Amino acid sequence: MTFLKRYLIPRLIQYVMILWLGITIVFLIPRLTPNDPVMAMIGEMRARGSTLEPGAMDGIIRDLTEMYGLEGSWSDQYWAFWGRLFHGDFGVSFFNFPTRVNQLIATALPWTLGLLLTTTAIAWISGNILGGLAGYFSRKGWSRSLDAIAMVIRPLPYYIFAFALLLLLAFVVRWFPVTGGSSLGAIPSFSWAYFKNVIWHSFLPALSLIILGAAVNFQTMKLIVQNVKAENFVQYAKLGGVTEDRIVNRYIIRNAILPQITGLALSLGLIFSGALITEMVFSYPGLGMLLYNSVIRADYNLIMGITILSIFGITTAILIVDLTYPLFDPRVRYY
Amino acid sequence: MKVLRDLFRDYRFFISFFVLVIILILAVLSFFAPYDPTLWNVVPKNQAPSMKYLLGTDSNGQDIFWQATFAVRNSLIIALIAASVSRVIAVLVGMVAGYTGGNTDRLLMFICDGLLVIPLFLILVMLAMMVRQHMNLVVLGLLLSVFGWPWDARVIRSVILSLRELDFTKTATLSGTGTVKLVLNEYMPHTTPLIFSTLINNISWVIGLEMTLALLGLVNVNVPTLGTMLNWAIIYQAMFLGRWFWVLTPVVLAVFMFIALYWLSTSISEYLDPRTRIQRVGV
Repeated sequence: MTFLKRYLIPRLIQYVMILWLGITIVFLIPRLTPNDPVMAMIGEMRARGSTLEPGAMDGIIRDLTEMYGLEGSWSDQYWAFWGRLFHGDFGVSFFNFPTRVNQLIATALPWTLGLLLTTTAIAWISGNILGGLAGYFSRKGWSRSLDAIAMVIRPLPYYIFAFALLLLLAFVVRWFPVTGGSSLGAIPSFSWAYFKNVIWHSFLPALSLIILGAAVNFQTMKLIVQNVKAENFVQYAKLGGVTEDRIVNRYIIRNAILPQITGLALSLGLIFSGALITEMVFSYPGLGMLLYNSVIRADYNLIMGITILSIFGITTAILIVDLTYPLFDPRVRYY
Repeated sequence: MKVLRDLFRDYRFFISFFVLVIILILAVLSFFAPYDPTLWNVVPKNQAPSMKYLLGTDSNGQDIFWQATFAVRNSLIIALIAASVSRVIAVLVGMVAGYTGGNTDRLLMFICDGLLVIPLFLILVMLAMMVRQHMNLVVLGLLLSVFGWPWDARVIRSVILSLRELDFTKTATLSGTGTVKLVLNEYMPHTTPLIFSTLINNISWVIGLEMTLALLGLVNVNVPTLGTMLNWAIIYQAMFLGRWFWVLTPVVLAVFMFIALYWLSTSISEYLDPRTRIQRVGV
């Protein structure tokens, strides 16, 4: 019971409040900007060269006003907004009319989830193992050269790193295809051939996400292990004749991994944004590409849907990581 | 002077200082440019690099070298606006939260944490779409500054929290120093180096985000920045056509800038941390 009261319930309240904060920001953006969002969108559509009959234009203005929920007072709008959200209704995509936003997102989501989960897991595990080893053997030559590589990769933003990798491996040496999640016209199936095709085409976006993520984990883990190694209890264990294996496995790794779990939870939002950007660079058919297309075509409903869904997904993922934390830290006990 | 000499002993500081000086010189050169950066077709299109056109010309009929000088200058202007405004927010929030504590602290930190975990990139895209018609360097800078402060506010708060527990705080309050004066006169000197190092990181973050927003066409494409320059090259398929100088100029400039800024900030913060300074300089 104390676990519920002291940990779970406050954490759940925080979760709900952060969701509320994020979605309220999404609600406020079209209302706080100086220009009328409906007219802005119409202007945008005209500028993109889509011609419409006057009657259709009136209809679109009415639809837009309704879709933004811009009828009535702000409080009415706010309630209506939440009402639609609870029905899981993000409205209709303007430019893939009359496809529903939900359906577009549902097609793209598996691609993003697959890419994101695989790369985050590989980057986190490999970065931490390499960082731990490099931190423990910090005087060795290979440790220093890995550190130097990380110093160069770490500051690069997702966009530039992905683009540089694309230039190098797809244009200059031509080892990998330039775009896409699978070959054009490949039919999704549970066959080995299709699977291989997807991996082949997703290799570059995945590689760029893994290298960047691993570099960040490598650096922090190396620093932590170096510090833990210098702690008194490690020195004492060494002097007391505890075997090196045991010191590394039981004393150092278990202490060093905790901040990395917290770090993973905190950086999930960043990793997710990075994955979207990487998808755009490689034209990978996930949420990022969907976002790119919807920005280019000014499909505001679709952007709103993607944003709200992402806020929900990220905060939930962070909640799950946080809730598993007591499993790793024996000092955190709530019973 | 001794500080500078110690800093220059670190090869990272030396290299990054050198690179940043070159980049600043490029930015200053833009004032002497023979062409107007907003005009198209001032030079022949798609020329290879030559003595006349140092880095060749692009498909819009602009000289790539001079365009790059404007791009560097504008990117730096956006970054400086965004980074300095968000520093003001971060310092205010961090100091108020750290010094007052209690409910104010809880509320401010809740907002910080909220902004940290929400995928801000998407929110930024929504905002940028809404103000697209009014987009210019200053608006973009202010827009990015709204999102650049939460992490740094948290860091500054934690420093203030530890300073508040030190003896000199009690001496100052007991001898009648007001809160504002205490924070400005006593705490500011302790936090200035930290604020400076977050400033550098923030500049780098803003330049990267500007390039990403340019990829989406959410900035004014007629104002040359590193982002818009690269975006024009991508729109004209410069990679497929083998116009490498056009694509590589913004990419290489950006990569050097990011690495130099990062090395500068790590080098400075390692110098500021007495434990790592002893390892490195030996004083």
